[in-house]
Amino acid sequence: MNAYIQLDNVGMQFNTKRGPFIALREVDLHIQKGEFVSIIGHSGCGKSTVLNLVAGLLDATSGTLLCAGREIRGPGPDRAVVFQNHSLLPWLTCTGNVLLAVEQVFGDKESKAQMLERAHAALELVHLTHANDKFPHEISGGMKQRVGIARALAMEPKALLMDEPFGALDALTRAHLQDELMSICAATQSTVIMVTHDVDEAVLLSDRIVMMTNGPSATVGEILHVELPRPRERLQLADDAAYNHYRHEVLTFLYEKHHKTAA
Amino acid sequence: MSTLNPTAERFKAIALGTVPPAIGLGLFILVWALVSASTPTIPTPGATFVSAVELFSDPFYNKGPNDMGIGWNILASLERVAIGFGLAALIGIPLGFIIGRFRFFNDMLAPIISLLRPVSPLAWLPIGLLVLQKAEPAAIWVIFISSIWPMIINTAVGVTRVPQDYMNVARVLNLSEWKIVTRILLPATLPYVMTGVRLAIGVAWLVIVAAEMLTGGIGIGFWIWDEWNNLDVAHIIIAIFVVGIIGLLLEVLLTQLAKRFDYDAR
Ligand SMILES: Nc1ncnc2c1ncn2[C@@H]1O[C@H](COP(=O)(O)OP(=O)(O)OP(=O)(O)O)[C@@H](O)[C@H]1O
Ligand SMILES: [Mg+2]
Repeated sequence: MNAYIQLDNVGMQFNTKRGPFIALREVDLHIQKGEFVSIIGHSGCGKSTVLNLVAGLLDATSGTLLCAGREIRGPGPDRAVVFQNHSLLPWLTCTGNVLLAVEQVFGDKESKAQMLERAHAALELVHLTHANDKFPHEISGGMKQRVGIARALAMEPKALLMDEPFGALDALTRAHLQDELMSICAATQSTVIMVTHDVDEAVLLSDRIVMMTNGPSATVGEILHVELPRPRERLQLADDAAYNHYRHEVLTFLYEKHHKTAA
Repeated sequence: MSTLNPTAERFKAIALGTVPPAIGLGLFILVWALVSASTPTIPTPGATFVSAVELFSDPFYNKGPNDMGIGWNILASLERVAIGFGLAALIGIPLGFIIGRFRFFNDMLAPIISLLRPVSPLAWLPIGLLVLQKAEPAAIWVIFISSIWPMIINTAVGVTRVPQDYMNVARVLNLSEWKIVTRILLPATLPYVMTGVRLAIGVAWLVIVAAEMLTGGIGIGFWIWDEWNNLDVAHIIIAIFVVGIIGLLLEVLLTQLAKRFDYDAR
């Protein structure tokens, strides 16, 4: 069976001032359509690098990367990225930011009114209709992150790539957005790759958790299938034996098998 | 702590904002008065003020091309600055964009710019007179060449400083080069461009006086030269104030304009 996103024997080497630095080696990862996959690992192991390779923002030095059976060459709107620091354009309103993305994808097929409709719908999906005409500097960090998600969703991408999308948020906002993301994914059947360093977040959201070994030359250590039924309720899962078992598995990997010695 | 009521607070704030500048100004006039007392050729502040009132009572008289009111002279200088500066913006800003965006052009033009930028603006005047044959366009040429550098350089720096995050957005969205320029580079660079524009207008206004002294005709620079030949020192001092005030106004105007484009400060 052909995976939707397929990484085979991927290696990534950065050429730095102090010579070549091998960030990744022999990364194999097959992701099915509609799957939610988290990438977890210690800081600096190469999670963002994997995501950026799939996004096409970086070019792998070896191996093959396929998306929908075709080689990944550069970025494209079929793989929308939610950036860690939201990366909204400060001179555009929330609607403007989303609209810029919508125009790129639907510009030659739809009228201006239809595209505006799409932008508003995406913002409604993340409950931000009241902030449509606000500028990024006028809204909170959590709201900015939601606009970033709306921008990505509005493109109706085949794959959604998220680099620690909730990393900079407080626990309450984070929980709220995780729940929203789950319901959006359930509704849209999106294929998602999410980088995280939060064990609970990974177990709660994922179908599979990719655990990476420490760098340099990091690779996929283990892959954990999370077979919890959906929809998932964070309150019920708190005392759920299976949930805690998965949690424990990830923690064991991170803190026993691949404990990060202070660099 | 403070027992002052709001009105008194405001009064205090206004006093703090006005008293020190007033003292500074007063001291300046005092020094001036002392200098004029010991040097008879320098008119006193009072005499200068009287002369200024007379001068500005009819700034727009016209008694032939060699004797026009100070208002006409100021307008003539402003017009030259506007044309030279406008042309410099028209060419300098796009050029700065190209240099900032494309490594090749940067490497190609950087040596020329570094070489020509430190040249005194007036050194360009003979070339202007030679090529353009007339004084008027030569003065504009000097304004053009002296105000183009800050605009090229600031724009180019601005383009290279566009955050990588924005460029990543552009790449993920697959924006065309045109859209990258209009939707990302232009707005992201605008604060830098405005800084360049502000520096450039300062230089242009600085240079126009000197250029006009050399080219003659009508303009505040030549007017100063003319009054020097008439030995009317009061008029020269007035002209210095006029040049200073107009320079200040231009600066304030552009600073206000620049603020409107600064997304971080809003
Ligand atoms: N452009 C680059 N040039 C050189 N080295 C790089 C570059 N990008 C990343 N690296 C190195 O590659 C390794 C992996 O980086 P990456 O950003 O993928 O880590 P990460 O797992 O996302 O870390 P974090 O959790 O802190 O975000 C790091 O050691 C980093 O220093
Ligand atoms: Mg990272």
